[in-house]
Amino acid sequence: MDRDTDRYRNLTRRALVLGGFKLALIGTLGARMYHLQVREAERYQRLAEENRINMRLLPPSRGLILDRFGVPLAENRQNFRVVLVPEEAGEVEGTLDHLARVVPIPEADRRRVLRDAARLPGFMPIMVRDTLDWDHVSRLEVNAPELPGLSIDVGELRHYPFDEATAHVLGYVGAVTEEELNGDPVLTLPGFRIGKTGAEYQHEGDLRGAAGASQVEVNAYGRVIRELSRDDGTPGKDVRMALDIGLQEYVQERLKTERSASAAIMDIHRGDVFALASHPSFDPNLFTTGISSATWRSLLNDPYAPLTNKVIAGQYAPGSTFKMLVCLAALEDGRINENHTVWCPGHMTLGNHRFHCWKRGGHGWLDMIQSISQSCDVFFYDVARRIGVDKIAEMANRLGLGSTVGLDLPGEQPGLIPTRQWKSDNLGQPWQQGETLVAAIGQGYVLATPLQLCVMQARMVNGGKAVVPRLTYPADEGFPEWPDIGVSEHALQVIFDGMQAVTTTGTARNFQIPEEGLEMGGKTGTSQVRRITMAERATGVIRQQDRPWRDRHHGLFVGFAPLHAPRYACAVVVEHGGSSAVAAPIARDILHETQRRNPAVPMVPRPLATADPGPIAG
Amino acid sequence: MYGQLTSDQPSMTLGEKIIQLNWLLVLLICAIAGVGFAMLYSAANGNMDPWASRQMIRFGMGMVALFVAALIDIRIWMRLAYPMYGGAMLLLVAVEVMGEIGMGAQRWINLGIIQLQPSELMKIAMVLALARYFHGPTLEAVGRPTRLIIPLALVLMPVALVLKQPDLGTALMLMMVGGAVFFCVGVRLWKFAVIIAGGLGAIPVIWQFLHEYQRERILTFITPERDPLGAGYHILQSKIALGSGGLFGKGFLNGTQAHLNFLPERQTDFIFTMLAEEFGLVGGLTLLVLYTLVLIYGTVIGLRSRNHFGRILALGLTTNLFLYVFINVAMVMGLLPVVGVPLPLISYGGTAMLTVMFGFGLIISVYVHRDTRISRRGVEDF
Repeated sequence: MDRDTDRYRNLTRRALVLGGFKLALIGTLGARMYHLQVREAERYQRLAEENRINMRLLPPSRGLILDRFGVPLAENRQNFRVVLVPEEAGEVEGTLDHLARVVPIPEADRRRVLRDAARLPGFMPIMVRDTLDWDHVSRLEVNAPELPGLSIDVGELRHYPFDEATAHVLGYVGAVTEEELNGDPVLTLPGFRIGKTGAEYQHEGDLRGAAGASQVEVNAYGRVIRELSRDDGTPGKDVRMALDIGLQEYVQERLKTERSASAAIMDIHRGDVFALASHPSFDPNLFTTGISSATWRSLLNDPYAPLTNKVIAGQYAPGSTFKMLVCLAALEDGRINENHTVWCPGHMTLGNHRFHCWKRGGHGWLDMIQSISQSCDVFFYDVARRIGVDKIAEMANRLGLGSTVGLDLPGEQPGLIPTRQWKSDNLGQPWQQGETLVAAIGQGYVLATPLQLCVMQARMVNGGKAVVPRLTYPADEGFPEWPDIGVSEHALQVIFDGMQAVTTTGTARNFQIPEEGLEMGGKTGTSQVRRITMAERATGVIRQQDRPWRDRHHGLFVGFAPLHAPRYACAVVVEHGGSSAVAAPIARDILHETQRRNPAVPMVPRPLATADPGPIAG
Repeated sequence: MYGQLTSDQPSMTLGEKIIQLNWLLVLLICAIAGVGFAMLYSAANGNMDPWASRQMIRFGMGMVALFVAALIDIRIWMRLAYPMYGGAMLLLVAVEVMGEIGMGAQRWINLGIIQLQPSELMKIAMVLALARYFHGPTLEAVGRPTRLIIPLALVLMPVALVLKQPDLGTALMLMMVGGAVFFCVGVRLWKFAVIIAGGLGAIPVIWQFLHEYQRERILTFITPERDPLGAGYHILQSKIALGSGGLFGKGFLNGTQAHLNFLPERQTDFIFTMLAEEFGLVGGLTLLVLYTLVLIYGTVIGLRSRNHFGRILALGLTTNLFLYVFINVAMVMGLLPVVGVPLPLISYGGTAMLTVMFGFGLIISVYVHRDTRISRRGVEDF
């Protein structure tokens, strides 16, 4: 035990020495803290105030979108916002109450501001409300002395002055999503918006521009002391569209007589699209200011699909507008010439199935031009049976059907042109000859978008050139050399005569443009949505107006003008319009208005198929 | 011997042991940890995630470790001393080998729920082993240089392995804890003088073996202003943050330097700076006082024990804790180089929290079993 006492005493002594040493060291720490935090506190506080230089990104101004004459279609408006700095405001709730008397503040915004004010350091500005109108801004300015800590801040907001007339073509801008981040720092800026659909999306690369940077000195409170250097970045480039906004507005307005319709009009030589309209439409400005979920739901659930751009994404059976194409296929095939005649008794029997003509009782004897102008189904059943579906499909492809035509706008649908191969590949069944007959009158599997029909019409009357539509105004003002689709001038002249007869003596004779020199040619089309049953045939024709909207026929019309020297091609599709009689007058008015405005470069490069001044048979 | 032992000191029941736990020390530990949670909450700009909530869970796990360690008989810890040291050495060798197989410096072993840092474990295991070794010899025996060969080896083997990792801070801490134990058990002062002189002489040699970043840290320490945006940035920013806190600080969650991201590693090594910025000199000193109370407790517990093993264990572990606190605080105030030592119970980190709590458990075990006498021959006959 003695020995233990010995070493215990020694240990105690040394432990106390060690403990004292530790205390002394901790005392040193305390002294050092005193030195830093009391004696040199002022110096460090100053250093903290001056602490640093910050880089701030400056969002580039988005490029404008202009029409072909330079009218702005998408512009940037000043976006006035109220911003609150809690530490300057003092009491946040009271300040918000004050503000609410001048500018209405939704309850959700109020809660968000209070939450941020409690959570963030007092010097951080908090956005209270944006998109203030002038009235609010001026009232705020007047009340400024009573509203400490509140200030008005200006940002940019995309605005579409022609709202629903340009909604589908221009698309709209929206906030950047997680998937869209690609390393471009400008995308991370709060409130930065990029093109989501339409031309805004198509030309995002040009419109966006490059971010600038501002080097600022910030004090320790994050407050900017001064700007050291500034690079404003590169504003986005303006984009000029081929559209004529006056015509676009006219077309959009004209379609409003129907529940759901779409139309396209283009230059048959240059491909410039002057108007591209889909009705009903929506106001794209709703998307930039933040759309309410109720409005969004009602847009989504609307049976007339206002969010769909039907000109390029609506796929319809082209009906009789397909018939000229069948003629071209037959004439190029050589087995049939324009003098081919057929007796139409009102139907054709194939196997044990009877294929009806739209005209009960039949047309009697007709030749090719008459069959186009009268739109006789039996004539085309006969022709199609002779040449087969693959010849028709091949001609359809040459005219731009069956695949996207290559418009510079996202969302184009390809349509469908069936072939024997297509059916066995996709349905696993052999082609039936009856299906050839149905395809010849643009029914059955055949589908096309209104834009494709417009392109088809353009290629038929521009001398057989594979014109491609374009929405962007080209840098080159000349006439592009389009490839030839390889159809003889003679064949084109035959169908030209047919289309001329349509509006003089044929199915659209009541819808000719009533102004001399501006007359149009074209072709009507009515495409069946629902099969007409035997019972309905037996009991007599049920009037289209008596059917539910969804079951009515689509009404179509493709046309071109002026007859003496075609320049414009147009396609109109009225969804469930009942018959072509609703589409033809719309096309007439559009072509008439187009010629009055005459937006095309007034020059015709080469001789074309021309109107025969003599009388047309039929 | 056995009969004498039992008649002299009847074993305590579990209930008695729980009553004997040093609850005041536990309370102090909770108070310090509470400061840590608040600072981690602030470090995340006023959010429980990602740090404060996880730290609380770890503290709960640490509390369990503390109680288990405190309730286990001191003689069992004495028996386990060498095996634990051996185990810690094996782990150190294991990370060394894995580091060579894998890539670059390796200090961690992944145990699934937590990542174990063997060098942290070694700090405790080494104190246990030294206490076990010095439990036996008399003061005269300790005076004989030959009796110091084994304990020197116990210190230098892990130091060599840790240096190789390379982790200069931990290696120095192991040496200092070892030195404190040597000092307490009565190693003559002149021997320390010889070793220190030798150590100073070895500095130029060691310098050659240091990694570039370690040299950089030492040079930066000597003149932090030589590169304000480079290596000296941390110290300078830390001093600005601390100094600008003043007497009473800028207020909870309002530390501008910390929250504007000027302060590096504010949730781990520089957490004391944030405390001093937000609560000023008053807050910083309060925390230091709390630590000092814990250190005094540890020392008193050590001196109160009736067995030499317990005395050495408590003093060694207390010194270990002191070194954590001192090095960390001195570092953020620019008194020592940035060596990456966490502030115990406060800095965010799993291994440090668990080992520190385990160390406290051992100290409390020394207190609970303070009247247990253990013969100098050890526990073989226990």
